[in-house]
Amino acid sequence: MRRWRRVYGSSPLHLAAHLVAFAVAAYALRQALGGRGARDVVVWIVAGALLHDLVLVPAYSAADRLASLATRGRVRVLNHVRVPAVIAGVLLLVYFPLILARAPGNVQRATGHRPADYGLRWLIITAALFAASALLYAARVTATAAGARRRRRP
Amino acid sequence: MVQRAAHALRRLRLPPEGPPGPSRAAFWRSPLRGPWLTTTLGLLLLPLVIVVAVTGFVSHAAYQPDLGANAIVDRAHDLQLLIFGWPSRPTWLYAANQGVHVTVGFVAIPLLLAKLWSVIPRLFAWPPLRSPAQALERLSLLGLVGGAAFQFATGVVNAQLYYPFHFNFVVAHYYGAWVFLAALAVHLVVKLPVMRRAYREHGAWRPLRDDLARTRAEAYEPGGLASPRPAAPTMSRRGLLAMVGGAAGALAVVTAGQSIGGPLRRLAVLAPRGGALGPGPNDFPINKTAAAARVTPALVDASWRLQVQGARTLALSRADLLALRQTSAELPIACVEGWSTTQRWSGVRLADLAALAGVPAARMLHVASVQPRGVLRRATLGHAQIHDDEALLALRVNGADLSLDHGYPARIIVPALPGVHCTKWVGTLEFL
Repeated sequence: MRRWRRVYGSSPLHLAAHLVAFAVAAYALRQALGGRGARDVVVWIVAGALLHDLVLVPAYSAADRLASLATRGRVRVLNHVRVPAVIAGVLLLVYFPLILARAPGNVQRATGHRPADYGLRWLIITAALFAASALLYAARVTATAAGARRRRRP
Repeated sequence: MVQRAAHALRRLRLPPEGPPGPSRAAFWRSPLRGPWLTTTLGLLLLPLVIVVAVTGFVSHAAYQPDLGANAIVDRAHDLQLLIFGWPSRPTWLYAANQGVHVTVGFVAIPLLLAKLWSVIPRLFAWPPLRSPAQALERLSLLGLVGGAAFQFATGVVNAQLYYPFHFNFVVAHYYGAWVFLAALAVHLVVKLPVMRRAYREHGAWRPLRDDLARTRAEAYEPGGLASPRPAAPTMSRRGLLAMVGGAAGALAVVTAGQSIGGPLRRLAVLAPRGGALGPGPNDFPINKTAAAARVTPALVDASWRLQVQGARTLALSRADLLALRQTSAELPIACVEGWSTTQRWSGVRLADLAALAGVPAARMLHVASVQPRGVLRRATLGHAQIHDDEALLALRVNGADLSLDHGYPARIIVPALPGVHCTKWVGTLEFL
């Protein structure tokens, strides 16, 4: 048993669990690849992981780093930018096909209406998030200043 | 063999440290990363994934793939053991199932992104392959991350009617679920001890009590998630969780209204079937227009006859159908894409038509549309669907004739049935 662990690197249960999972996944993949567009399935799985790990994460990490440098030492300002940016960014990431009007023809054919101006709606939401965050920041700064004044003149 | 491979791996003699960059632990500076945070994000994400998976498999069953030509995914190979006669009650069953599937799936995305962020240093771990066990684990993580990205991305674009791929969405999304869930199950088995240790050391709640001033990095361990030289924190752990929760909440607000309806519908400003409805009786969302289905007014003009087949065959005009006993019912029409809307429909009960065809105890009903081609222009209904008191061949909605886009001259509307099986522009009903 100790020798097994040294050679394999974990318990036999670890190996068994992985083999079962791989069997199910391989079967499902084979079925998915049996239909039309098999190449696209592979492209989507690989591209999904690569885009996330090597493009999206470095991009938002770099943006966060820049924002940290720009607001150095003023942590509260940073988070008042960070939070609305993250929420607006997630909305864009999830709803980009509508926001960037990737398939207006499909929307028109399916719903019977010209697609709404989702891009404008997203801009309004983003502006509202940043505005709310700025107002909150102003309120907190004012409250802190008032508190400091009270403490100075008891 | 395995032993020789392991020896060969060790003989490779990789330098103890990776090349400069992300493969070195010190590259990663976040003071929040660590086993406790990843465990917490995982435990928040897990129930959402389970809900989405269960509702997904329920939706697969709701299509009743055992009947007629309903199966989109080949039934002989679909791995799904649990297929049951789909019920017709409660009427909102399918609307709720799909609303939950799509909305919870959307809401889980910020948690998934945060979870992936918390473990990203492990992607670049050095040495890349330490043992056969670790090699298998990394392969399963490819299934987990690739599968998750595939499932969420295909689901999200499909709900927005954007199809930048050539595969059949239903087939790929269905089998993708098995890949993702298999990898997730083995991931849970492998990581359970790590999670238990993280909570034993830090407690499940204690780190949430720390404000920014009290936020400390988790202890560094070689090969772990915490940083060996953490930067000063700029956000507390509870702050991070609140931000992720805020993003999830924002997605819920702009999405859920298309399923829940009522005043919330106005809030669903980014959802494809959200926003306020018009004032007319036919001004509620459409899944597929007549133009898209290539149904022209000529196909459904005064010469249209409904072919009813059973023990005998009848051809009924719309006037004939309107002369039969009319039943009305308040029923939701619910799309697999998550949106739904409840309207007042009226028409002839399917059970009455079965009796008229001489098959009062019909067990199956094949419905075919006059739609000349395209997917889902036919559907097979089971016993529960035919004999529900509110299962209708609808002729009117909200007191007006159906519009062409809503299926004039006649459409199926059955409680709890997936919207795409509520066939529009019905041409033939065959009772068996």
